[in-house]
Amino acid sequence: MSDHKPKAEPTAPELHGILAEYDTPDQLLSAAKKVREAGFEKWDTYSPFPVHGIDAAMGIKMTILPWLTLGAGLTGLATAITMQWWMNTYDYPFLISGKPFWSIPANVPIMFELTVLFSAITTLVGMLMLNGLPHPSHPLDLVQRFARVTNDKFFLLIQASDAKFDERDARALIDATHPVAVENVLEDRVTPDRMPAGLVYGLIVVTCAALVPVALAVKARHSHSDKPRIHIIQDMDAQPKYKAQRENTIFADGRADRGELPGTVAVGHLNEDDHFFRGRAGDGWARTFPAQVDISEETMARGKQRFGIYCTPCHGQGGAGDGMVHKRADALAQGGWIQPTNVTQEYLRNQPVGELYNTITNGVRNMPAYGPQIAPEDRWAIVMYLRALQRSQAGTVGDVPESERSSLK
Amino acid sequence: MAAASDFNPFQAPPKGDNTFAQITDNVSRIMEAPKPPRAWYIAFGIALSMLTVFFGSLGWVVWNGIGSWGTTMPAAWAFPIVNFVFWIGIGHAGTLISAILFLLRQNWRTAINRFAEAMTIFAVMCAGIFPGVHIGRPWLPYYMMPIPNQMEMWPQFRSPLEWDIFAVSTYATVSILFWYMGMIPDFATFRDRSTSTAKRVAYGIVAMGWRGSSRQWHRYERAYLLLAGLATPLVLSVHSVVSFDFATAQLPGWHTTIFPPYFVAGAIFGGFAMVVTLAVPARQFFGLKRIITIRHLELMNKVMIATGLMVGYAYGMEFFMAWYSGNKYEGFTFVNRAFGPYAWAYWTMISCNVIFPQLFWFKKIRTNPWATLLIGMLINVGMWFERFVIICTSLTRDFLPASWGYFIPTKVDFMTLGGSFGLFFTLFLLFCRYLPMVAMSEVKAFSPAGGHARGHMHHGHDHDHDHGDAAPAAH
Repeated sequence: MSDHKPKAEPTAPELHGILAEYDTPDQLLSAAKKVREAGFEKWDTYSPFPVHGIDAAMGIKMTILPWLTLGAGLTGLATAITMQWWMNTYDYPFLISGKPFWSIPANVPIMFELTVLFSAITTLVGMLMLNGLPHPSHPLDLVQRFARVTNDKFFLLIQASDAKFDERDARALIDATHPVAVENVLEDRVTPDRMPAGLVYGLIVVTCAALVPVALAVKARHSHSDKPRIHIIQDMDAQPKYKAQRENTIFADGRADRGELPGTVAVGHLNEDDHFFRGRAGDGWARTFPAQVDISEETMARGKQRFGIYCTPCHGQGGAGDGMVHKRADALAQGGWIQPTNVTQEYLRNQPVGELYNTITNGVRNMPAYGPQIAPEDRWAIVMYLRALQRSQAGTVGDVPESERSSLK
Repeated sequence: MAAASDFNPFQAPPKGDNTFAQITDNVSRIMEAPKPPRAWYIAFGIALSMLTVFFGSLGWVVWNGIGSWGTTMPAAWAFPIVNFVFWIGIGHAGTLISAILFLLRQNWRTAINRFAEAMTIFAVMCAGIFPGVHIGRPWLPYYMMPIPNQMEMWPQFRSPLEWDIFAVSTYATVSILFWYMGMIPDFATFRDRSTSTAKRVAYGIVAMGWRGSSRQWHRYERAYLLLAGLATPLVLSVHSVVSFDFATAQLPGWHTTIFPPYFVAGAIFGGFAMVVTLAVPARQFFGLKRIITIRHLELMNKVMIATGLMVGYAYGMEFFMAWYSGNKYEGFTFVNRAFGPYAWAYWTMISCNVIFPQLFWFKKIRTNPWATLLIGMLINVGMWFERFVIICTSLTRDFLPASWGYFIPTKVDFMTLGGSFGLFFTLFLLFCRYLPMVAMSEVKAFSPAGGHARGHMHHGHDHDHDHGDAAPAAH
């Protein structure tokens, strides 16, 4: 708007236009019609509120703003559809309760919201841009009386740059509209043409600084790091608790793990009965089965089955110490392997049942303890089966019924 | 509030030699007066101390974890979500007044739309804080936004909670845009009347060099209409989406299709209650009785009767459906609501939302500002309890009796709830003092001399010019 003339020129500023002031919107309306009929193009009216009918009086054409809004709305809709489809269906398919990856109804709310969001932002920004806002300075700002345009007065300005502008004719036209006051508006020579250098540099610095986080994010997207991500509050990384096998200075022994306290008994594990749980009777090993064990065909069958699971891998089906583990170890011949005991040997035949029970429970020599794996009643059942096995290996002809003896060789 | 100030600079009639100047003076002098009334200082002091409590308790929750709230299984939502739904509902009246009443050509809205819009924005700010802290790690809410991240995962767009993110953030953005655009001409008025350079620069920057050109007003009015048209379906969508958070769950008492309209009606109801709660003291202490008149209060009270009845109807319909559906879980839930351990909350809600608003049928009551204020505050209480009842009764009585429970709030719960009012009122009081509380340009346009209401009144007092054929242009 301002010409690039040397600042030092002493001549008076050029005429920007002629300003007329009115008291009521009606006066402004009729004046506007007259100015329009006179054929001016570069002129405008100013009012504290939109004056009813001024658009028609001035011949203002309908703004293109609604079309911008429509375009933005469609862009928002397309963005929402593309975004949701690409993110949840294509880039990272997201299976939720077996529903289809792409189901329009569930995506409608966000389509609607983005349509409105894009439209609304474009409406405001578009209105400001079409109106040439922000517009920091204007020759009218130097006119004292124009300050009341935002309060209670109405103004009309014909610009000197209009092709039809002639100062005397324009003045006569304006006088004919009965204004309250008329004033010549001069070009603005007061406001500097450029923004202050400090402001410009400040904006550049702020803009550059604003790009730093973006640049860091872009760098992070394209590089790898073996460090865990930063947590502002570190309570996930440093939890106030002691982990297993760590040091703990609170206790004299310095251990975080605390063992069982002496005398502690878990619920249902008092195990008072020495005979049943430990195979003891008086000072020595029990020679009889405890009362809890039912001497029956079922217990024997149970014992055979448990023996098959827990004992045969080493001791073999017949208990001779030739199970699959032994055979395998023997075949490998790596040395150091000791053959499992033959459980039908005589010294074992003579052992009390309590001692056999104890061997199963706690192990002996190379044999590990099976107490933790086999319930007490099953251990007794195995002992029962073991006795049957031992007996079967020590049979004599006298054991065979007389009627069957003839069938023996 | 009863402690009226000794000296109120706003009680004198506004200066100016015509109605436009008087409107300008009436609104601008609030910002121009060297000191606001004493009541403002008292209110601001209270609001500021509540705000301190708010930030203190939120800091406590963030540092120690959300276990500081009573929120725990089975009531995993409890206060934070009750407060969120309460505040987001408050906001709806502002948008209704500024957008829907604008489209319906309800010109009386011009006196109250500005601060109703401000109320919307501050309420949405209060609302947004609660889910943000309730997620437990309030520095990670960006997980919910579709931002490329190190996990290379995206949000789940088929979840109502994700719709909520979009609905509430869009609503906040559009409300701020609408509010700001409406204030541009009024900022220009403040700029032109300011005497100090600091104020001229500050208001000048936000006014963006607005000079009231008719060519600019043309686009401005078009933009205003467009934003009103966009905000109208938006405001209806926001509380509908909030209600989906409940309605898509299968919990008895939540899983119902009546929720979207019921929530929207309740939001408008509660929002109008908050508008009168704010309007009555504001017009009293800032001398705005000439602009926000008894007629405005009466009209708002009528809106409250209408929306209050809708809410009451929804309460009744929920019971009817619980019985008519023959679903025994639904039936149990509603009997439990009215007569179970939360009966006290249910009947508080019923009395505040359905019974007390019926007093507005009496003209004497609905035209009395202080009665309006009292009933408005009761409705605010009732609407808070509505959300409490919906959330707590259903969550603590789900399908599995073994997981039933009873929600007991902690001190921190009450501090964050009360403190959120501190944030709301602090912002609102600052708005009253420093921003144009009434849309001056709109009030002027619809004043008798402004000409927009010309269809109803003739104007023999003006100059007799040939304006008759100035056809009404599109507005």
